[in-house]
Amino acid sequence: MNRKFGLLAIALVVAILLPVVSVQAQSEEGGASTSLEIHWLAVAMAIAAAGCGYGQSRVLTAACEGVSRNPGASDTIRFFFILGLAFIEFLALLTFVVVLLVSG
Amino acid sequence: MDQHHEFLSATLFNRYIANPLAEALGFHVDHDVLPAHLVMVIFVCLILTTVALLVRRRLSVENPGAVQQMLEVLVEGLLGLMKEIIGPDARRFFPLIGTLFLYILAGNLLGLFPGFMSPTSNINITAACGILVFLYYNYHGFRVHGFVKYMAHFAGPSLAIAPVLFVIEIISHMARPFSLSVRLMGNIYAEELIVTNLNQLFPFVISMPVMALGLFAGTLQAFIFSVLTIVYIAGSVEHAHDEEH
Repeated sequence: MNRKFGLLAIALVVAILLPVVSVQAQSEEGGASTSLEIHWLAVAMAIAAAGCGYGQSRVLTAACEGVSRNPGASDTIRFFFILGLAFIEFLALLTFVVVLLVSG
Repeated sequence: MDQHHEFLSATLFNRYIANPLAEALGFHVDHDVLPAHLVMVIFVCLILTTVALLVRRRLSVENPGAVQQMLEVLVEGLLGLMKEIIGPDARRFFPLIGTLFLYILAGNLLGLFPGFMSPTSNINITAACGILVFLYYNYHGFRVHGFVKYMAHFAGPSLAIAPVLFVIEIISHMARPFSLSVRLMGNIYAEELIVTNLNQLFPFVISMPVMALGLFAGTLQAFIFSVLTIVYIAGSVEHAHDEEH
């Protein structure tokens, strides 16, 4: 568990630092300063997608376990599964909408 | 969020039908009068009406056609789901939910044809559906419980935390049309954006899997929209003696 979160933290730091470094290199060459914002939007979307994927994978795991233990309940489980996925996906979609709004 | 793509069907519709009509009504026309998503809504309505009229003309019990059988499966499935969640009173709410499902499904799938876009990829169309659902389930809540009892239903079981709970419930109910419309719009718009960008990369071949995914996601989103509507209606018309929701 610790190792998983460590990997995640390293990926996050790289994801956040990489655009900053590249944009600094760009602005030293005289590039546009607005590309920093574009990079941050991509990072925001990446973080949202990662969280959404983790949450949905938890739901999928639980649903598969539930169906394998009690196949008779698969209709009910499928209903709540799809509903739960929709609620979790909404958080990533909200980030997507914010990204769209900010990027204009 | 503005889309400035040209859609062949929308351009043709405006040039030959909408613009002359607006001119005949006495408006000054210097550009296309209808935006693309409204033209697509008109197409969706025309398609649904035509299919419904054609199916109604050859309805039969002994020898049902393929479309009739498909629609019967759809109606029975949706009605069964509603009876499971709402209860025996479900038939009353079926017209709105069936219409919403077919409308959103047709709207989502229309975007997969070349020259057309999904009307549901525009926030105006989905917000109309979301606000309609919000007004509808609140109306039925007032109708079933009466004003005071329906308002008390927001406040929860205990009087001590009622003021806090009331505010929270009001906010969460206000968020429902927002979340419904943004969920639908975000899904469909993201899919269209990806298909458009992949088509600029290389036409048609790379975007094929994404379009197959869009076929699946469009159906699923129409289903989710109607299921959430059913759940909201069930929450507002349920009787107070089972207190969990």
